[in-house]
Amino acid sequence: MNEAETQSSANDKLLSALSRLMGGENAYHITPTGEVVMCCALVDLLDVLKTLKDDEELCFSQLTDITAVDYPERELRFEMVYQLLSVKKNRRVRLVVAVGESDIVPSVVPLYSSANWAEREVWDMFGIFFSGHPDMRRLLTDYGFEGHPLRKDFPLTGYVEVRYSETERRVVYEPTKLVQEFRDFDFLSPWEGMQMPNLAAEEDEEQEKAGE
Amino acid sequence: MGEMQIRPLTLNFGPQHPAAHGVLRLVLEMDGEVIDRADPHVGLLHRGTEKLIEHKTYLQALPYFDRLDYVSPMNQEHAWALAIEKSMGIEVPKRAQYIRVLYCEIGRILNHILNLTTFAIDVGAMTPLLWGFEEREALMEFYERASGARLHAAYFRPGGVHQDLPDGLTDDILAWAETFPSFLADLETLLTNNRIFKQRTVDIGVMDTQEALDLGMSGPCLRATGLAWDLRKAQPYDCYDEMEFDIPVGSTGDCYARYLVRIEEMKQSLSIIKQAINNMPEGPVLAENNKVTPPRRGEMKQSMEALIHHFKLYTEGFHVPAGESYTAVEAPKGEFGVYLVSDGTNKPYRARLRAPGYYFMSAVDYLCKGHMLADSVAIIGSLDIVFGEIDR
Repeated sequence: MNEAETQSSANDKLLSALSRLMGGENAYHITPTGEVVMCCALVDLLDVLKTLKDDEELCFSQLTDITAVDYPERELRFEMVYQLLSVKKNRRVRLVVAVGESDIVPSVVPLYSSANWAEREVWDMFGIFFSGHPDMRRLLTDYGFEGHPLRKDFPLTGYVEVRYSETERRVVYEPTKLVQEFRDFDFLSPWEGMQMPNLAAEEDEEQEKAGE
Repeated sequence: MGEMQIRPLTLNFGPQHPAAHGVLRLVLEMDGEVIDRADPHVGLLHRGTEKLIEHKTYLQALPYFDRLDYVSPMNQEHAWALAIEKSMGIEVPKRAQYIRVLYCEIGRILNHILNLTTFAIDVGAMTPLLWGFEEREALMEFYERASGARLHAAYFRPGGVHQDLPDGLTDDILAWAETFPSFLADLETLLTNNRIFKQRTVDIGVMDTQEALDLGMSGPCLRATGLAWDLRKAQPYDCYDEMEFDIPVGSTGDCYARYLVRIEEMKQSLSIIKQAINNMPEGPVLAENNKVTPPRRGEMKQSMEALIHHFKLYTEGFHVPAGESYTAVEAPKGEFGVYLVSDGTNKPYRARLRAPGYYFMSAVDYLCKGHMLADSVAIIGSLDIVFGEIDR
């Protein structure tokens, strides 16, 4: 048996176990790259993870990673992504949960200790709050930082910059000043290489104001 | 006279301390000399790599991976290249796979030498560091001869590697591989049975397999607990399934076991290096698909089409089909994963970098509890922590 066949038969077992435990075949799908992805509602999160961890046919004993993806245009803005690994069965599964901006996600630290810092980072970077987390503080950003940097509406250059002030003899925070404007090229439109301010429209507006 | 009340002491360790392996601020709550709670404050080296990658094309994002774990740069480039290849379905030529495996293993030895020798200096042995850095110098020269840079290589590309190896390089690597075992033997005479080294490391920072899995451990730290889990064997990528090597495991899961596993892993890596060189086929080193990989320089002098491809690739870059994928490699420290979300444009929608060291650092509180202050230094040293990848 070659490697691809071994992989697919292992996947079959996983899939049959998943559809048995999670209620039907629409609980999961397989990506074109061959990864198993499960979707569940926020209220079921803890139950699903518990089943994935404790069931003997699944044995997902390690939570490899937790992260989130921001889709500002969706009604439920965020997608929480849990990467699980079964060392015993040599399989991976990804659990995806849609989360709204004002939703509070139950912490999975009681199930997997590795969730501790991962959830702190998600709070720090996306502003998704977790209930029941033992130590919900910011992790990677500065003490007293405001905003959640990995949200799509947070600018790449940020809002403040720091420098040491000789006169005040301390580190001071100032609004970001860029010597050169940050250049964001739009390659999706065939005509406009660079996103330029619309000068003609501005001129029209000015003329209108002058006319008033 | 009643019992004396001793106020618990809060001790600030770092952020600039040579034993912290970078910029780590550790706030320790001490009961006398015993640690009650360790609270690592990380993020002092945070550069927003994940945010930056969202604003770069796929190829421009690649050099950021050198700057994560700067001790083993190519292993992380490998994860990024594999993630893109997986999403786009690119076939990598055999020779490129062998070159990548060769350089990943060189990176593993580079990493382990740095870790073991700095770990030794943390617990009081000076000489290994001086000897080890001489070997690292030789290895970084091999990096330089292939990629032009000692550290920030940007050598692995989606579809292969940037350039073929120069003439004579493989012979020099083989010649070096003959001398390396004697260095390892010397290193072991200094440490393995050293009374002081063992007193500082045996039974310090112990965890069993279950705890290690729960804490998100991977790599040598997980294998030191006795579990033979290695992504190079379990979920092989590139040509690792054609290599013969063993997975060394420890039995005690303490700092000393982690040291022993790394020593043995270097020997296995050396064997993979020899196999990769001896079995390396001839052929192209970059996929022949000009929608993803740039044309060769010589071709561009002759062909208009090649010139257009080159221009398009280095301005707009290639588009990755929409979808999500998770790709993990066995980096020297453990599982380094990339969760790539693409929306069909020339820039990633989101790239999550799963760094192994991040989870090691979060376990420091658990491992340090009940140990002496001096042991925290040994624990941090044995976990193999580099702040480039933790803070990202």
